[in-house]
Amino acid sequence: MTVLCLVEHESGVPIEASLRALTAARVLAAGPAPAADPALAGDAAQGGDAAQGGDAALAGDAALAGDAAQGGDAGLAGGPGLAAVVFGAGSLDAEVLGSYGVGVVHAVGPDPDPGYAPLAWARCLHSLMESVGAVAVVAAGTGRGAEVMAHLGAITGLPVAANCVSAEWDGIGVCRLVRQRWGGLLLEDAILEAPVALLTVAAEAVPPAPTPEPVPVEVRVVRPELDEADLAVMAAESAERASGASLATARVVVGGGRGVGGPEGFAPLEELAGLLGGVVGVSRVVTSEGWRPHTMQVGQTGTRITPEVYLACGISGAIQHMAGCSGAKHIIAVNKDPGAPMVSAADYAVIGDLHEVIPALVAALRERGLT
Amino acid sequence: MEIGVCVKRVPMVGGTIVLTPDGQEVDTRMSGFTISPHEECAVEEAVRITERLGGTVSVLTLGPAVAAEQLRDALALGAGRAVLLETDGAGWGPIATAAAIADEVRRRAEAGSGYDLLLLGNEAADTGDYQVGVRVAHLLGWPCVTGIKHIEFTEGGLRAGREYRGVSETFDLSLPAVVTVKEGINLPRYPSLPGRLRAKRAQIEVYPVSPAPEGLRTQGLRVPAATRQQARIIGTGVEAVPALVGLLDELGVLS
Amino acid sequence: MNDTPVRASAVIIGAGIVGNSLVYHLARLGWRDLVLVDKGPMPNPGGSTGHASNFIFPIEYSKMMMELTSDSTEQYIELGVFTRSGGIEVARTPERMTELRRRCTQAKSWGIPAEVIPPERVAELVPYLDPSVILGGGYFPTVGVVDSLRAGTLMREQAEQMGALTVLAGTEVTGIETVPGGRRSAVRAVRTSAGEIETSHVVICCGVWSPRVARMAGARLALTPTVHQMISVGPIGLFAGTVGEISYPIVRDVDENMYERQHGGDMEVGSYAHRPIIVSPDEIPSIEEAALSPTELPFTADDFDPQLAKALELMPELLGDEKAGIRYAINGLISMTPDGHPLLGEMPEVAGLWSAAASWIKEGPGCGRAVAEMMSGSVPTVDVHEADAARFWPGQLTVAHVRDRAREAFNKMYGIVHPAEQWESGRPSRLSPFYSRERELGAVFFETAGWERPFWYGSNERLLERYAGRLMPREAEWESRWWSPIINAEHLAMRETCGLIDLSAFAVLDVTGPAALTAMQSIAVAQLDVPAGRVVYTPFLDAEGGFRADLTVMRLGEQWFRVVTGGATGMSDAKWIVDHLPPDAVLTDLSSAWSTLGLWGPRARAVLASVTSDDVSHEGFAFGTCRPIEVGGVMVLASRISYVGELGWELHVPMESGAVLWDLLWEAGQPHALVPVGIGVYGTTGRLEKGYRAFGAELTPEYSIVEAGMARPKVKAAPFLGKEAYLRQRESAPTAVLCTLTVDDPAASGGPLRYMLGGEPILGPDGQCLADAKGRPSYVTSAGSGPSVGKHLLMAYLPPEHARVGNRLAVECMGEPFGVSVAVAGSAPLFDPDNSRIRS
Repeated sequence: MTVLCLVEHESGVPIEASLRALTAARVLAAGPAPAADPALAGDAAQGGDAAQGGDAALAGDAALAGDAAQGGDAGLAGGPGLAAVVFGAGSLDAEVLGSYGVGVVHAVGPDPDPGYAPLAWARCLHSLMESVGAVAVVAAGTGRGAEVMAHLGAITGLPVAANCVSAEWDGIGVCRLVRQRWGGLLLEDAILEAPVALLTVAAEAVPPAPTPEPVPVEVRVVRPELDEADLAVMAAESAERASGASLATARVVVGGGRGVGGPEGFAPLEELAGLLGGVVGVSRVVTSEGWRPHTMQVGQTGTRITPEVYLACGISGAIQHMAGCSGAKHIIAVNKDPGAPMVSAADYAVIGDLHEVIPALVAALRERGLT
Repeated sequence: MEIGVCVKRVPMVGGTIVLTPDGQEVDTRMSGFTISPHEECAVEEAVRITERLGGTVSVLTLGPAVAAEQLRDALALGAGRAVLLETDGAGWGPIATAAAIADEVRRRAEAGSGYDLLLLGNEAADTGDYQVGVRVAHLLGWPCVTGIKHIEFTEGGLRAGREYRGVSETFDLSLPAVVTVKEGINLPRYPSLPGRLRAKRAQIEVYPVSPAPEGLRTQGLRVPAATRQQARIIGTGVEAVPALVGLLDELGVLS
Repeated sequence: MNDTPVRASAVIIGAGIVGNSLVYHLARLGWRDLVLVDKGPMPNPGGSTGHASNFIFPIEYSKMMMELTSDSTEQYIELGVFTRSGGIEVARTPERMTELRRRCTQAKSWGIPAEVIPPERVAELVPYLDPSVILGGGYFPTVGVVDSLRAGTLMREQAEQMGALTVLAGTEVTGIETVPGGRRSAVRAVRTSAGEIETSHVVICCGVWSPRVARMAGARLALTPTVHQMISVGPIGLFAGTVGEISYPIVRDVDENMYERQHGGDMEVGSYAHRPIIVSPDEIPSIEEAALSPTELPFTADDFDPQLAKALELMPELLGDEKAGIRYAINGLISMTPDGHPLLGEMPEVAGLWSAAASWIKEGPGCGRAVAEMMSGSVPTVDVHEADAARFWPGQLTVAHVRDRAREAFNKMYGIVHPAEQWESGRPSRLSPFYSRERELGAVFFETAGWERPFWYGSNERLLERYAGRLMPREAEWESRWWSPIINAEHLAMRETCGLIDLSAFAVLDVTGPAALTAMQSIAVAQLDVPAGRVVYTPFLDAEGGFRADLTVMRLGEQWFRVVTGGATGMSDAKWIVDHLPPDAVLTDLSSAWSTLGLWGPRARAVLASVTSDDVSHEGFAFGTCRPIEVGGVMVLASRISYVGELGWELHVPMESGAVLWDLLWEAGQPHALVPVGIGVYGTTGRLEKGYRAFGAELTPEYSIVEAGMARPKVKAAPFLGKEAYLRQRESAPTAVLCTLTVDDPAASGGPLRYMLGGEPILGPDGQCLADAKGRPSYVTSAGSGPSVGKHLLMAYLPPEHARVGNRLAVECMGEPFGVSVAVAGSAPLFDPDNSRIRS
């Protein structure tokens, strides 16, 4: 019972979204629940859902699945459960993958990495899927993950379930899943019936959870045969990285909304972000007004962020925005209006004018010696 | 340049989505309808390209007769032609949707004025399937790239750019091609009054289509349980700053 | 965030323009411990104030609305949030030009600057308007725009600064607790998402949500949310350099039910032309569910598209600019009521539950002030009796009725509406027992308080020939609308023989119990300590001596009074009486148990005598008395009074026997040439010839009993409400005198004969509008034919120096002066001055 999971990495380090995807894929790799009690797994998931929301249920299931895998389901499937597919894996830290339950890494060459070609990546996944007899192929719901899985869906003619937050077997070839709709505002309970389950995992919804008992990793190098045509669309990466931390990966994001008042009002926010080693993100109204470029937009149609702390200043909290920041671990709102949706959606709130609070905060942090 | 833009009629929702009592659909009794911001940008991009290079923008949608509203919205913005692939209103999966769009593209080509470029939003606002554009490209054998925030035309093709994890990447595609775009590629215009009136008068081409079952079947929708507690108010105005510093310290972001 | 107080003197729900104004006025009137609750955030909690177009035209169709608007404008000016822009109503049709002339004449009566101007002048004021599309405009230079959110914030903050107010934003009201009381329940507390607040006063200022909140206390408000579409187009090149919000006059394209109003760099285009879109208060999305705000529903472009072409026609270059986009478009929710008036005052169902609802921006602060004054027990600055929250009978409170009327009224928002225009929807709803007989006689029905009342009878067409030459037929289309010469023929027939009039719309209110006499004495001006069997006409006064009601009272027993009053004011009058009842007196509304027929004219006695064995002779049944008589098998309460100046009776009969009585009288009347007579005679021609005043027209809080010429030689010894004020009024000479005037020559204009309908200004010898020493302009309070005196009759309050019989003045009608003469100064009847007919 092999489940393939596309793992993206930066300089050999798997990105967090891929670890989340692995966490979810591990459940499927454990195989279906014992035939005698097929309802068990489902019940557990549903009970967890009701009590604590989808995230917790998934984490619980993952642990359960890990145990089951040890107990011999892997044998039932006739092969190692969870396999990673990694492109350009020269410097890959395979041990991390082992800690997520990956038994086999299919490292796709040539090496060094020729770059990102979505169709070529999908062709590789397809040939691996066929050669190992995978029952599922999983990717993170990132820009690349979604794109490659769409190609795989198109190549195979199979359905793709995007942005799943949990998935488990409900019989042979039947996958019971929960996925995000409306940018996470809604959850959909769905059945995916297909010879191979293709799915992406919502980038910010599943907490990455290593398995308690890491498995040894076998790295298999794969050299696929590709048509010229498969490489026709190929990313040319610019040499320079965008300066500073990226919005998607920053540990601290300082958000600014309409309350900032205008393009010149962001200086204190930028100063604060600098002190905290973070970046500034903005709401949709800020980019629609042209105060800041769209690259800085946090939201359903902007960047989805997953920082430790999101400090939202003068942001009313429109749903567009909330969909983009709900992955933040802690949200602190600074807002004049205690009735603003952002305040009710936050963990902590300061009621006050950001034009007074933020400069005072900057001053206080400087006093503590932050630079 | 002949450009087709695919848009999808979706409910205009607020911060909380109301579902029908059976949990099967979004309750749209009090909501209007719109298209996703990505698609608004796709329409704008297409209009800008034809304003620069000449040609026609055709806006396509697959949906019930009422989806003509979204076609007219696009016509008001400068699209010159509108095609409704008319369904009976039932939900359609991405596989069947892509097939219907590909049929329209082929039909257009047979009529001698085929599309050079097909633009879609990166994903639909409601289903978020992230795949219709790619599937259409495979059906047509066209090159394809998704999530694009910059398009420029080159000798015999186009160059599409996007940013991925802090790195900007570009793709060269030959035409005809499929490109799905993301909000931020441009700032869409508003419809003018004359545009709106032109849109009202415009004819919409209608082709009936019928669905095929797909492997991904919705059982029901639900609103996720709130994950955050009621916010703790840590203070008012500048007096809250010491407490705020303390909180940031506690959360471990001052190191 | 403020802590939720445990207790409050009053809880005001809703922080829109009305709620904010209300807390300010309450604080100024000395209230403390007020709490203002809104589920939304400040300063824009998401109600209709937040998306209002915020412009104010001073001209209105109703005097009350004009006064509320005027008071509000003054308050906005005082707050520094008013910008004067001027405003123009443009005419695309000749009918509208005529209407604008009428409207400017009306404005003159009320002292509002107004002028009819030609297209070129419109184009000078509004250079982007195509003058070839219009025939002219009505220019109102004092039109302006306000910042209603800022006004609300300022007023709220002032109340807070006075230490009178706690504001709870983001706090939803979840219930209103009441305690059962003797006559009705009473407010005890308000439940909110932030805890319970004990209070004895709750004010509903919730705009479109108001009915939902009222239901929490078991009360009903006749209001429905309705969609008004608005778009904002920009950037407009011409407006680029605009400092502030507006630099060109607001245009109302009234014939298309639209307006165009500059808003900074944008042009706002609003429409009342689309299909009426009625929304239930329960359907309004929550703040979280709404894509914009709860009252800014998604724009339905199809409904607006036809209007775009019209707007483009009027302002082709400005709005036709391809660079200007529709940046904002909403289906905004506004409040509509069955009669277009706000809902102000305490609700009849629950003591301490107040309504300040259905008020728009233009009248918001005025409504806030009026309700604050009423809550404080004082007489409101503006007479708002037409907006009384208690004015509806139950059928008018039904959702079906409210919706019907809102649907019908919506497209008339800028319509040319005749003052007598009848509603088409929601009819019939109350039918008298005579209805089928009346229909057979070809009655033309007008509606009052839901009742179908014959205004004239088609069967009387035959009388036209008989009275030819005396009927004062109306040549001008406007005045002939909702009118028939048959009315005048019926009038003459009644005066010659006798007439039968359906008065079933009367409200019949019994006051009984040990304290009944004290109760009635304490609110009535007239002496009611009279023997049982007497009928007394009396005004009710407010504390400042202004008219609150006028009606008749029958004393039927030691502890039993029957109040008979007009249907239109019946519900308000009932609430007024209940509000002033001592504990051991009870009011029972018998309006639906009793119907009434009026039988008047020289032969009325002969007719009645032929069907009763009771003594109905002048001696046996004196004027001003009442008693039960037998008519065939029906027991009838006969009351010998008259509002038409003829011998006769009001015959009160149980509803179920009404038809029997009608048939008996009808048959008995045939030998005496009895004619069915409509309300056209009863309400206008008959009473005007007799100089009888009507509540709401001549009798308003603005004028005193003395000025109305109704002061009696003596004032009763017993105390009554308004007595002190009344005594003071008697001590000084009146500032105005109510007069009856006759029109010298209705042909004076050279065009068709013109007959005034009411509201026209009275001009002095210098051609200027007359006004009294208190600044009150003289205008026509009532107008109608006087067929028996052969003149068109007008009533008007005149300054004393002009109130001389024979004095020649003028009245302005359609922009033309018409000579008039003072026929009566004071209350003497023009027809039958010594009342010999009544007392024969």
